[in-house]
Amino acid sequence: MDKGSLLAILIGGLLVNNFVLSQFLGICPFLGVSTELRSAVGMSLAVIFVMLMASAATWPIYTYLLVPNDLAYLQTIAFILIIAALVQLVEIALKRFIPPLYKSLGIYLPLITTNCAVLGVTILNIDSGYGFVQSLVNALGAGLGFMLAMVMFAGVRERLESADIPSGLKGLPITLISASLVSVSFLGFQGLFGL
Amino acid sequence: MSIVLPIVILAGIGLLLGLILSVASAVLAVPRDEKVEAVRAVLPGANCGACGYSGCDGYAQGLVHEGAKVGLCSPGGTAVAEATGRLLGVDGAVEVKTALVHCGGCEEFTSRKLHYSGIPSCKAASQFYGGDWKCGFGCLGYGDCVKVCEFDAIHVENGLARVDPSQCRACGLCVKQCPKGIISLVPGNAKGVVRCSSHDKGAVVRKACSVGCIGCMKCTKVCQHDAIHVDHFLASIDPEKCVGCGECAAACPSKCISIFG
Repeated sequence: MDKGSLLAILIGGLLVNNFVLSQFLGICPFLGVSTELRSAVGMSLAVIFVMLMASAATWPIYTYLLVPNDLAYLQTIAFILIIAALVQLVEIALKRFIPPLYKSLGIYLPLITTNCAVLGVTILNIDSGYGFVQSLVNALGAGLGFMLAMVMFAGVRERLESADIPSGLKGLPITLISASLVSVSFLGFQGLFGL
Repeated sequence: MSIVLPIVILAGIGLLLGLILSVASAVLAVPRDEKVEAVRAVLPGANCGACGYSGCDGYAQGLVHEGAKVGLCSPGGTAVAEATGRLLGVDGAVEVKTALVHCGGCEEFTSRKLHYSGIPSCKAASQFYGGDWKCGFGCLGYGDCVKVCEFDAIHVENGLARVDPSQCRACGLCVKQCPKGIISLVPGNAKGVVRCSSHDKGAVVRKACSVGCIGCMKCTKVCQHDAIHVDHFLASIDPEKCVGCGECAAACPSKCISIFG
């Protein structure tokens, strides 16, 4: 499959280069909000939305504002600025329209601001030389991949609740161990379709 | 010149985003619930959780929207119950309670059976042969209750915790904390209480403490109002029947009954 094709980019973000499980970006919400399926889905939808918006906003700014003025080195700080504002916007909208989701996300919602997965996808868009549409598809793939990881792991953690865990491993240790096992399973997608 | 352009561009982006955000927050502002705010302002803000909600905000929400009862707020007492009742249009009358330590065994009256030098907490001491005092039911005096009290209402003197009723708001934190379970909430207008929790037989109590209830039943015989009863070698007073005549206290051979005014 051609590496630049939209389908290849989507599957690449979703499975092969899964942001959480293969590139280890966005681990904080992955561990923090995956205790419950409902809030995991809510968080993932918020992240997908922010990723898409961020890609749509940062790509033109980088291509038409920063590059022509020889300011490509401002990439990181400009992108962070834009992502922070977008997250604020999402927060205000959620508070107004879906208060239960706003409450269940709690502190993790503002933390999307510093979620490296969001910054990662915008920077990878540029580094991979994607065009505007390709960037959006990459963001969608990355967001869906984040959602897949969150939902899968929420399932694993719900099973962990009822499992008989040695007392020394209860809580975060067993969570990290199971996260690494889930991550190892994603190695199986390496080389899929030659990606 | 090269430094001006980046500054202008970044500041421009920032300004634009700031404008968008301020417009959004004005357009999408959440209408605040004035009734909840008013009720919250009346509550004491101790966030002790005695009402069963996560804190004062939760209780205010519960009062207005979930039909919670007024008067669950122990720290606020009557004043808060009346004020919230006025705001919600219901009767806010509430019974005032106070915590009471059911033990009179300070160092004068009882002594230690071993020298305990472990962690200075009642919980730790009670797990070590039931504590260092001769009586296995009494106050250990390491002040776990003092540490949880938000209102500085309970103090340890001579190895015995005592509640200051004028400071106590009956939040019940000390009741939960005491590993011996000898603190309980009694009505503020209780006329008499038995300051002992020992269910040991009389002879055992006598050896351990000179102010312990020995279960001799003298108090039940003299009581004209059927207000004091002995169960498993320990007397207790029914506050609803007690009139505070003091006859039981006079008859008690170990003087473990206190009568208030």
